[in-house]
Amino acid sequence: MKYKGRFGDYGGFYVPEVLIPVLEELEQAFYRFYEDERFVSELAQLSKDYAGRPSPLYYAERFSEYVGFKVYLKREDLLHGGAHKVNNTLGQGLLAKYMGKTKLIAETGAGQHGLATAMIGALFGMETKIFMGVTDIERQSVNVHKMKLCGAEVIDVEGGTGTLKDAINDALRYWTANVTDTFYLFGSTCGPHPYPTIVKHFQSCIGKETRQQCLEQIGRLPDMIVACVGGGSNAIGIFSAFLDDKDVKLIGVEAGGRSLSSGKHAAALVAGRVGILHGAKAYLLQDKEGQVHDTESVSAGLDYPAVGPEHCLLKDTGRAEYVAAEDAEVLDAFGLLSKTEGILPALESAHALAFLCSQKGKLDADTIAVVNLSGRGDKDVSIVEKRRSADE
Amino acid sequence: MRTYKQIFSELKRAALIPFFVIGDPDFDTSLAIVKTAIDAGADVLELGIPFSDPIADGPTIQKADIRALTSGINVQKAREFIEKVKDYKDIPIGLLMYYNLIYQYGTQKFFSDFHEAGVNSVLVADLSIDDADEITAPAASAGLDTVFMVTPNTTPERMKLIASKTTGFIYTVSLLGVTGSREKLSDTVEVLIGKLKKLTSVPVCVGFGISKPEHAAAVASAGADGVIIGSKIVELIEKNLSNREKMLAEISTFLSDVKSAIKHQSN
Repeated sequence: MKYKGRFGDYGGFYVPEVLIPVLEELEQAFYRFYEDERFVSELAQLSKDYAGRPSPLYYAERFSEYVGFKVYLKREDLLHGGAHKVNNTLGQGLLAKYMGKTKLIAETGAGQHGLATAMIGALFGMETKIFMGVTDIERQSVNVHKMKLCGAEVIDVEGGTGTLKDAINDALRYWTANVTDTFYLFGSTCGPHPYPTIVKHFQSCIGKETRQQCLEQIGRLPDMIVACVGGGSNAIGIFSAFLDDKDVKLIGVEAGGRSLSSGKHAAALVAGRVGILHGAKAYLLQDKEGQVHDTESVSAGLDYPAVGPEHCLLKDTGRAEYVAAEDAEVLDAFGLLSKTEGILPALESAHALAFLCSQKGKLDADTIAVVNLSGRGDKDVSIVEKRRSADE
Repeated sequence: MRTYKQIFSELKRAALIPFFVIGDPDFDTSLAIVKTAIDAGADVLELGIPFSDPIADGPTIQKADIRALTSGINVQKAREFIEKVKDYKDIPIGLLMYYNLIYQYGTQKFFSDFHEAGVNSVLVADLSIDDADEITAPAASAGLDTVFMVTPNTTPERMKLIASKTTGFIYTVSLLGVTGSREKLSDTVEVLIGKLKKLTSVPVCVGFGISKPEHAAAVASAGADGVIIGSKIVELIEKNLSNREKMLAEISTFLSDVKSAIKHQSN
């Protein structure tokens, strides 16, 4: 490997020997192509015409009235596929094409990354397999159908709790046996080097656009950027352009699940301890011996016991602040945005909105907060319905 | 304490190295299984401490990990297990495990405590030679040998680097993939053993997918210093969970057959 892939002491590539050559090949290809003129222009064209970039920055006036300060939404939910995931799958998919790979595999939790990979598999004519936990397949069945319609094979993962962690385990195992022709299109800014760097690069368009849109539409930078954090790809994407703007607060919102004290949550940064999982050193939810905990969250996309290594460093340096929102708050925020703006947010993104709701009455009226609305909530309608009728 | 060096220099044939997950399906049965394997002719033991997310393992060993964890095995009990095995016979023991369990325990303390319990080496499945520095110094100061993996896609330069940091044996993975029994032995394995034998004098043991006495014989005749068999034996445990006597008998018979196939090969 040319680079160590470390963010402070976090990250690295803690993987079996068999995966090293293929990660090396990926690292080489990424650094060869990511600034290559033809690659960049092809990606820019597809981002515009296929995915629908740039996404708008929208002033949510009625939601702002409710919380008592100004809230802007970065509308990644309007992109093709309904989430920011397409930024990364277009980038990595194109990389796979330039590398001459013919098959794609990916893991998915909520199904958004799986769908975004299936779309790109169809777009480039690549055979695509999506690994998905059985629990997630059940709670995100709409996305499963969409993936299949795009021609992808969805592989049931039964291990563990049948969620994202288990899907990654099986995708890595499959990759180990099929390294020669298969490209593993990793969905978040975690996993072994070079994935955290690659995913950040392809998601950094969110931050660049947001920064420019703030300057053009508002005339200044925002006071805070808020994004949900599971693995952390949409958050690192929007944070990346503001890291040097010290006056802009960066806030990541993790899945507080039932509650932090119940232990049934997925808040690795808020409640975890440094450990090693899926190739990276990062904050991790685990027992005292290092067995990885099962996680729980209403949003499948945040249901993951670890987190991207760069977020770990941002937490330690204090550059970003990480909090958790519990399921009940998230469902309220989901309902609130739907009612005030007519926008159904993904339950993942609703975590970021829940944080803003918790700040109601605490911030000056001229405070400007930008939320990365990373995905749309159509996929979550039945979950919200179910939870609501259970609560009544 | 018997060392790898003693074993590999004394044997005029490939060593028989069975793999077990400690505590599969429970502490006592697991201990009886390991004793049976020793009686059936195991020369070295490869033991795993179960982990919640074993990414280098196929379904058979994943299930064994779950059985062992469910039965209540933890790192402390694994240590007691090893002490009990060493009380039964002074046989070299290599641990094969995932990094997080060691990291949480404290690498130096883990190596010292487990060396004291009778372990000769610790192979960390998810730590490559690039990060070997995180474990080589603690291993040396604890008195442990080092074992690293070579796979069919490892370049010759990396093979040399791996050999230079290995004091115990090279764990040669016979195929691209995770652990699990296979019908056919990978056809790349003989070439791989040949390459390694030219590069280094460190003992070369071969594992992954070795499921039949014929496989073991072929690996031995290709020049391997040891034959590691895991999933096939774990399958015999899984198949006979309700009948302990049959389980032990089948493991004994299988290992005896493998051993005679290896011996026959070197005659």
